[in-house]
Amino acid sequence: MDRLLYVAMTGAKQLMQAQSLVAHNLANISTTGFRADLARFEAAPIEGPGYPSRINTVAAGVGFDHSQGPLVQTGSPLDVAVEGPGWLAVQAKDGTEAYTRSASLNVNALGLLQTDRGELVLGDNGPAAVPPNTSVSIAKDGTISIVPQGQGPETLAQVARIKLVNPDPSTLEKRPDGLVRSTTGKPVEADAKVQLASGAVENSNVSAAGMMTDMIEYARQFEIAVRMMHVADDNATRASSLASMS
Amino acid sequence: MESLWVAKTGLEAQQTRLSVISQNLANINTTGYKRGRAIFEDLLYQNVTQPGGLTSQQTNAPTGLNLGTGVRMVATDKQFSQGNLVETNNPLDMAIEGRGFFQILMPDGTQAYTRDGTFQINEQGQVVTSHGYQLQPSVTIPNSAQSVTVGVDGVVSAVLPGQSSPVQVGTVQLNDFVNPAGLQARGENLYLETVSSGPPQAGTPGLNGLGKVDQGSLETSNVNVVEELVSMIETQRAYEMNSRAIETSDQMLQHLTNSL
Repeated sequence: MDRLLYVAMTGAKQLMQAQSLVAHNLANISTTGFRADLARFEAAPIEGPGYPSRINTVAAGVGFDHSQGPLVQTGSPLDVAVEGPGWLAVQAKDGTEAYTRSASLNVNALGLLQTDRGELVLGDNGPAAVPPNTSVSIAKDGTISIVPQGQGPETLAQVARIKLVNPDPSTLEKRPDGLVRSTTGKPVEADAKVQLASGAVENSNVSAAGMMTDMIEYARQFEIAVRMMHVADDNATRASSLASMS
Repeated sequence: MESLWVAKTGLEAQQTRLSVISQNLANINTTGYKRGRAIFEDLLYQNVTQPGGLTSQQTNAPTGLNLGTGVRMVATDKQFSQGNLVETNNPLDMAIEGRGFFQILMPDGTQAYTRDGTFQINEQGQVVTSHGYQLQPSVTIPNSAQSVTVGVDGVVSAVLPGQSSPVQVGTVQLNDFVNPAGLQARGENLYLETVSSGPPQAGTPGLNGLGKVDQGSLETSNVNVVEELVSMIETQRAYEMNSRAIETSDQMLQHLTNSL
């Protein structure tokens, strides 16, 4: 059988995979703090004896889009989003330190600050605790201050500071649970320059127009790959009819 | 074809979000209603190529190929921001200005909590909700009372015939929770205590950070119509894009089956 068929098949298969990545990004178009996944295709020549005519394609991940998503005002004092570069540190369910861009926070029954996905928010020393209060506010640098329960606004107290980090984007990766972690496996040092916006959440940074275009492009490329398979089939049919006796 | 299923999760999530929005819009006139908000998270990723996998003895792949499997809704977050106060001049209508919930005794003996202060009197003179559930601690208004006054600190007093000074007939207490968003909504404007809300802390209105009781007013729902309508548009468009992804995947498969 002609090898053209296999090269075209690989292309079609990889395009299908890329299409599922597009569908994943579109499915998460309204997920708070979601970062769009990126993919690209790599040429993978098949080497060996003979003329190297076959070059397969392989879909490769190139991480995720680091650009800022739109900030949406919600007015809730415990909604936070990082403005500009940087990340908010949370404790993932497996106990490791992970990073997110934006979250709606609430105080759990133990008085610890947690995201709506149930991860504890990290302060400078472990999970940030917020004592019972009448009002709570989060400052631009992540400082949490409260008016303790039963006291007036003159008793405003600083209780914790959310850990904000800004590691080199190339040392970050998205893990299977959807949270971003450091590739070194060690917690990143806090960075005082990261700015936090409270009362707002950052929407997903998926570009709807971009994704729709990618989707059309992949669909058309898929058709071309299938067409190539068809051509390979035609060639084979002609070849076998040449050799036929009738 | 994976993209079909991934896009399906997107459709489902947007569909659920639309029901949350509809619930908010339907309850725009419900006293003490708190708006809900849909929270999404991305689903597990499949590692097609492991990031950091060795590409040679010295080098490793800087990134891998992780394919996500879609989205799901994790929570509907109740927003306990203050609603507007509307004056009704009905002496038994009470609104809470600030934090806190009224405690209600359910017919099955359990406790529920509400911010809906539309109270009435039953045949025994007890203060009850519009469903007839008793306010806790119970307050009984003598049936000869000429007028009833509820103070900002919850003291209920009544003027009895032939007396010039009012007598105290009970007090209204408020209950606060560490995490009100963790309360379970059970309908009828009532909430139930859960592990994540923490136990109720009863107290006198106006003290220890609890809100004040405002007699003769009701708290309207805190639904913002403009915000809900904008969310509705966003939901619809996101739904369309996901259904487009399904359509495209379908066309790819169709092309495949038709041309081979």
